Amino acid sequence: MYIIVVGGGKVGFYLTKSLLAEGHEVLLIERAGDKVDAFVERFGKVVIQGDGAEAAVLAAAGAARADVVIAVTGEDEDNLVVCQMARQKFHVGRTIARVNNPKNEALFKKLGIDVTVSQTNFILTLIEQSIPEKSFVHLLSLKFADLAMVEARVSDQSPVVGKSLAQINLPDKTVVAAVARDGRLFVPSSSTELRPGDDLIAITQPEQEDSLRRILGCDSAA
Amino acid sequence: MKVVVMGCGRVGARISSILDHNGHDVTVIDTDARAFRRLPADFGGDTVIGTGIDEDVLRIAGIERATAFVAVTNGDNRNIMAAQVARLMFDVPEVVCRIYDPVREDTYRRLGLTTVCPTTTMSAQILDHVIGAEEAHIGRGSGES
Repeated sequence: MYIIVVGGGKVGFYLTKSLLAEGHEVLLIERAGDKVDAFVERFGKVVIQGDGAEAAVLAAAGAARADVVIAVTGEDEDNLVVCQMARQKFHVGRTIARVNNPKNEALFKKLGIDVTVSQTNFILTLIEQSIPEKSFVHLLSLKFADLAMVEARVSDQSPVVGKSLAQINLPDKTVVAAVARDGRLFVPSSSTELRPGDDLIAITQPEQEDSLRRILGCDSAA
Repeated sequence: MKVVVMGCGRVGARISSILDHNGHDVTVIDTDARAFRRLPADFGGDTVIGTGIDEDVLRIAGIERATAFVAVTNGDNRNIMAAQVARLMFDVPEVVCRIYDPVREDTYRRLGLTTVCPTTTMSAQILDHVIGAEEAHIGRGSGES
């Protein structure tokens, strides 16, 4: 795959490094000349100096044959325009933008950016996952299918203790995909009975998360 | 009418003061409070410190009541993003956006933004004096940077 990365900050640097290691053809566009010199020394001639939002720079980078353009500068307006120019002017099939301010995620989606990566939200989620008292955690949004992956802990007082999955009235379009019990992860069947301390991995719709939380008896306070 | 102007440089300050002078309700946004010094002493409009790509800042500036939004900061991308926020998130009827880069200007005009490109208009004006309007017009379009 031919991938153009715009923005040579920490994210752009490590992204370029790992994409190259995976054997992709990569070109990094960075505005600051001194950074470019350092990158060329490190990666070879896969770095060019310029403004990735400028059509001439994207043309020189061969954007017309790029499979993916990834904009990871520290400025949301730059990431937005890089992706829009790549799409409108060079018909790049897939554009990925880093979103620095989580508020901008909805706008980027509305404006046709294929994938947005919000590091702020990502870090918040990671921190949330590592708080042990949390009994119901949103793990992942599967945006293409409008589904979410959640992790839920079955407590002593949970109304589902002792019930089989078939006996639990789960919300619409919700499946329990895996159960972690005594350090072992397995795919449950409809007859699997839930025990206190079970960790459930479930796929559900984002708007069903709250009702799933209630059904499993996971209070936010628990 | 209510107008929100983003960017209080020479152009933003001038637009704001003329609108204010003509009796319109103007709010100017700039990230740098010192930029508001460019406004005349008798300026009757409001000023908001912040960036117009932030929906909350736009709300404080009264974007929800605005009939027009003008994006004239020095950053093309900032203007482009703010203009799209004003149009898509707040349905502002008239959104005008300054873009220096002629290619970017052309792209976003095609996408439906109302754009002004000082580079092309100024070049045309200067060329008009140097080689005449007709010849200057022929030269246009090939000068994509």
